[in-house]
Amino acid sequence: MRMDLIQPFIGSLDAVLAETMHAPAKIVDLTMEEEGYRRKGTAASVTFKGQIEGRVILDMEPRAAAQIASYISGADVDSSEPIVPETVSELANMVIGNAVTQLNDRGFQFKVFPPEVLTEEQCAQAGRDSEATILCFETPSGNVHLNILMCYHRRRSRERAPVSVG
Amino acid sequence: MKQFEALTRKKDSQAVRYLIVDDSVFARKSLAKMVESFGGQIVGEAGDGCTAITEYARTNPDIVLMDITMPQMEGIEAVERIVAEHPDARIVMVSSVGYQDNILAALQKGARHFVQKPVKPDALYEIIRYVLNDDGVTTPVGAERETSR
Repeated sequence: MRMDLIQPFIGSLDAVLAETMHAPAKIVDLTMEEEGYRRKGTAASVTFKGQIEGRVILDMEPRAAAQIASYISGADVDSSEPIVPETVSELANMVIGNAVTQLNDRGFQFKVFPPEVLTEEQCAQAGRDSEATILCFETPSGNVHLNILMCYHRRRSRERAPVSVG
Repeated sequence: MKQFEALTRKKDSQAVRYLIVDDSVFARKSLAKMVESFGGQIVGEAGDGCTAITEYARTNPDIVLMDITMPQMEGIEAVERIVAEHPDARIVMVSSVGYQDNILAALQKGARHFVQKPVKPDALYEIIRYVLNDDGVTTPVGAERETSR
C-alpha cells in the first residue's frame, strides 16, 4: 500500500485526537493483516469510492471513546451508553473527511459515504481476503486503532488525465 | 470549556439564537456546547435538510450551523431552499469534508461561511462574530480552512 496515501489519515487522526482528547497520541504499532479484523472496542467505518477506493475503520478502546463522549456531554459517560458509538462514528467522519480533503487537494477525486458503526461480525468480514494496514495509536485513555484498506486505480487516473491532441 | 465574551444581537442585545443541523448527535452536542460558551441560545436542532427547513421557519434563528452530508436532504440543498424563502438567513457550513467544490457550491447557494471539523471554538467564535456583522468578505484570524462569500 502506498504510504503517501496513508500519511493523510495518520496526520488527520493525530489532529482530531489532539482537538477532542486534548492529549498527545503516538503511533506504537503498524501491522499488515489479511485475516478478519478483531474489533478492540467501538468501531465505525467510512467507505470511499473513486480514483482511490476502500474503507477505513476507526476502532477505539472503550475508555478512550467514553472520555471524549464525557467531555462533549459535560457528564460522566459509561462506555455502554449509546452516545459512545455515536462519538466514534463522528470521529471517524472527521478523521476520514479531513484525510480525503487533503487527498482531494492533491488531485484525487472520490465520493465519501456516511460513517457506519460496525458490529464484531461486520468487523471480521470487513478485513477478510484483503490486506489492510493497521495503525495503533496510544493515548492516555487507551489505544485507538485505524484499519486502512484501499486501492489506487491507475487506469481510472489515466482515463481522467488530459489528453494532448495534434 | 473556555468561556468567551458573550455575543449578542445588535438590535436588542439579547442572546444569539442558533439552529444546529447535523445528522450526528455527537456533533450537535459538541456544537451546542461551543455556542453556549459564546452566550448563545439553542432554539432548534435538526438531523437532516428537510427538518432544517421546517425548523428554520418555526424558530427564525439568527445563525444556522449546517452539516453537508446528511440523509434525506443534504446541507447544500437545504441552504438553497432556506435562502430562497429567507434571503437574510445566516448559514455557516460545518463539515469534515472540505472539498473546494463543496465549499464553493455552498457559498453560491447562499451560505455565509464554511468551517471544517473538528471545529476549534476560537475559530467558530470569530466566524460567528464576523457573520453577525457581515457586510463584506474577510477571513477571520485563527481559522485554518474557512472561506467566506
